[in-house]
Amino acid sequence: MNPWTILNRPQVWSAVGVAAVLFVSAVTRADDVVEDGPAQPKNRIDQIVFARLQQLGIAPARNCSDGVFVRRVYLDLIGTLPTAKEASRFLNDSSPDKRARLIEELLVREEFADYWAMKWCDLLRVKAEFPVNLWPNGVQAYHRWIRDAIHTNMPYDRFVRALLTSNGSNFRDPPVNFYRAARDGDPIACAQAVALTFMAVRPESLSREQLGGMAAFFTKIGIKGTGEWKESIVFFDPNKVCTNPAVGPQPVFPDGTPAKIPPGTDPRVVFADWLVRPDNPWFTRAIANRVWYWLFGRGIVHEPDDFRPENPPSNPELLDYLQQELVNGRFDLRHLYRLIANSQTYQLSPVATTDSPQATANFAYYPMRRLEAEVLIDAICMITGTTEEYSSQVPEPFTWVPRTVRSIQLADGSISSPFLEMFGRPPRDTGLESERSNRLTPEQRLHLLNSSHIRRKIEQSPKLATLYSLRDPQEIAVRAYLTVLSRYPSADEQQRVREYLQNGPARGRDAVIDIVWALFNSSEFLYRH
Amino acid sequence: MKTNPNTNLTRREVMSTTLLAVGGWWLVGPESRAASSVPNAGRAKAVIQIWMWGGPCHIDTFDPKPKAGYDYCGPLDKDIPTNVDGIRINENLPILAKNADKYAIIRTMTHGINAHETASYVVQTGRKPGDGIVYPCVGAVVSYFKGYRGGYKGLIPPYVVLTRPQGRFSEAGFLGNRYKPFATGGDPSSRTRFVVEGIVAEGITEERQKARRDLMLGLDRLRAARPSDPAIQELDQADHQAYELILGDAGKVFDLNQEKDELRDRYGRTKFGQACLVARRLVERGVPYVTINYEGWDTHKQHFTAMKRMLPELDKGFGTLLEDLHERGLLDTTIVWWSGEFGRTPRVQWEPPWNGGRNHFGRVFCAVVAGGGFKGGRVVGETDEKGEQIVRRPAYPWELIRTMYVLLGIDPSATLPHPQGRTVYVSPQPNEGYEGGELVTELL
Repeated sequence: MNPWTILNRPQVWSAVGVAAVLFVSAVTRADDVVEDGPAQPKNRIDQIVFARLQQLGIAPARNCSDGVFVRRVYLDLIGTLPTAKEASRFLNDSSPDKRARLIEELLVREEFADYWAMKWCDLLRVKAEFPVNLWPNGVQAYHRWIRDAIHTNMPYDRFVRALLTSNGSNFRDPPVNFYRAARDGDPIACAQAVALTFMAVRPESLSREQLGGMAAFFTKIGIKGTGEWKESIVFFDPNKVCTNPAVGPQPVFPDGTPAKIPPGTDPRVVFADWLVRPDNPWFTRAIANRVWYWLFGRGIVHEPDDFRPENPPSNPELLDYLQQELVNGRFDLRHLYRLIANSQTYQLSPVATTDSPQATANFAYYPMRRLEAEVLIDAICMITGTTEEYSSQVPEPFTWVPRTVRSIQLADGSISSPFLEMFGRPPRDTGLESERSNRLTPEQRLHLLNSSHIRRKIEQSPKLATLYSLRDPQEIAVRAYLTVLSRYPSADEQQRVREYLQNGPARGRDAVIDIVWALFNSSEFLYRH
Repeated sequence: MKTNPNTNLTRREVMSTTLLAVGGWWLVGPESRAASSVPNAGRAKAVIQIWMWGGPCHIDTFDPKPKAGYDYCGPLDKDIPTNVDGIRINENLPILAKNADKYAIIRTMTHGINAHETASYVVQTGRKPGDGIVYPCVGAVVSYFKGYRGGYKGLIPPYVVLTRPQGRFSEAGFLGNRYKPFATGGDPSSRTRFVVEGIVAEGITEERQKARRDLMLGLDRLRAARPSDPAIQELDQADHQAYELILGDAGKVFDLNQEKDELRDRYGRTKFGQACLVARRLVERGVPYVTINYEGWDTHKQHFTAMKRMLPELDKGFGTLLEDLHERGLLDTTIVWWSGEFGRTPRVQWEPPWNGGRNHFGRVFCAVVAGGGFKGGRVVGETDEKGEQIVRRPAYPWELIRTMYVLLGIDPSATLPHPQGRTVYVSPQPNEGYEGGELVTELL
């Protein structure tokens, strides 16, 4: 029998208390809740990373425990916590390939598309108004297109080509919004957005000639209105004349090669042909490094959108390998996610063996990061069974968001909540990764510890009502840990919970609430680890 | 700018008056300016911003037009003298009338924008939208220069909003999350306690707060496993600061029960009045920037009913704040800045569906400033007899904000850190194409 079926029925708790106790003591054998044995290289990534670490004389961290892994891989791949049921099913699975199977399951989840669409919308600045005007209709269409592309696993080269070469209506041909987000097709702004987003090169790292030469590819973008309110058409306008002196007279690729534009050809297409080639390192390195950064919170080139000669990769061989895998896999980004998530390097414990900055730069452990604003509030809402209200500062027709919509699903950067603003959701103004702030501030800490917003969610949670009605310390500990931290409590943790329930200042329901509150406010809950 | 047909000033005369008034900054260029030579430059240590959210009507407050007739004044057609000869304000502001020597009225603020969001952005940032940069508001800039980087050491965050934040259009802009305000939430006029979000938790005793904290720390295995991890250190530090506010003395600044009943009464037992009192307490403890978001001024309908209720409330809170700051010797170093995003249409909309309302009016509005080196007892600018046109001396948000920066010792031509490395100045520079002059010199 699946042990969860017991756990899941509250009335069984008291009836088969003895069985439950036996079951609990059987699964909480390891007192060490974070780590599980020494690190073992599993794939080519590990060979490269561990060789580099050996060279530096740094010992990698240990293998992470299953409890740590299940939480980590859910948060990293789908931006969503495992339910208590999902966590216990994984923890009680004894097959040796269960981590690999879980990764496969997650890569095809709906939330995978939600979460990565959110990340791409940050980079592509998907926001209705101010400082760019995509307009509410355009934003909804653009977000849907991006999410669909991720959901159907559109190869990355096709995805970028569509963004760069599309023509049509901002409402009906969504990728054209790429140019609208770049200050309405201004050639310099387009070149800067392309360089930052797809080549990971910041505007200040481009020479004047490079920028001017690139901008010349984007001088024939026409934008015109239609009869529909706020609709506009992006089209190839061969007769358009650019007078901006910063734009070069002829299109030149960033590597210095002048481009030949056949008559009647949209120069954007010529640029896209150059950019998305498998042998174009500007293109492949940027995305390979970005995917790595997304899973580790640190790039092989760091910051991940700051490629320049003075900022070399910490492990060039690793970046080369990922780039090659990307090309071999025909720009299938899920292949990269899979490869990385299955590596021992990704599955290391967060406990570093040394404080050396080299250990951080060379991935000797899994670095802890505070959950992103959206992921954090979604996690709190999911566990407590509560919802959020969103609103927009600009008057727009899509401000009303159904309560079932999670924060990671919000299409429009203009639609937000006080929590998301406080916890560093990016304003989507620049397309820089650093716009998102995952630093924990004292104000955020106060909010989590003590605000009426979070207290209400915990104390009045419909989903936790059963847990709050329990009185047996062991049952309480197991349920609370599985629900909030996605793992079983150790013997020591059970003892502390019992101690508080029996001797603490709060009684009954209040005391259980305090246990749940304490777990919500632990580093294990707040940080990817 | 349009001159009023009823005055004798020509357009040329108006222009020359304006240039004289502002010292001809645009003629001399930035390099010859010396902000430090301005009298009282650097005197101000803090700002209390009274944000008249929604846009208060200028002719119903600090620019009364009693002769304009019923179609303009409605029932608010009486003004009263103040303690400064020649300055008259609406009769519903008697405490403020007794203190006109402490503040200056700018009657010709203008930007011409009639939409709340954009107008708020312009008035709070001193910048126009449109160049692809989202600028920080004054509070974020002051907290950048005078917060933790500038030697502020308090546990209360350096930029506090009482009580509800206005959000994106008036916040940290490209300066980012660290410079966003701390919004208190709660109601300072509550009979029992001002429940400041995160600092005060109703129904949880101090004993239980402590026990909860100990439980949390005891259960946090990961924190114990690697205390030197930067993430853990950040968490420890945030915990320390948070608990100083929750359990320590620092949070007591919000406890209005420590104030005498008579003083609380003088401020008015309203949300706004008590927020003014909290603002004084914050500034007293060194907080450099406090915004009071005073809601309810967007009176499209039932305007006069609302004014009868709100003007006395405004008078008690704002007036007592000035008196209290003055009595404690704090006004000298504290700027009090009163303004909304725009004024309201002087001509009343008597027709349905408004039935006696006023619409948005970006062409003319009032700002009031006091303290921190601003000279009181003055009026800047003049509007026509109906409050619809500027007759003399248009004043722009960026001029006023630049003047505040100078008094705060913040160099308007210093740069702010922009995430993409763009060169962005604290305040618009002469070559950026902004109207008006450098400073509102009449106030110095």
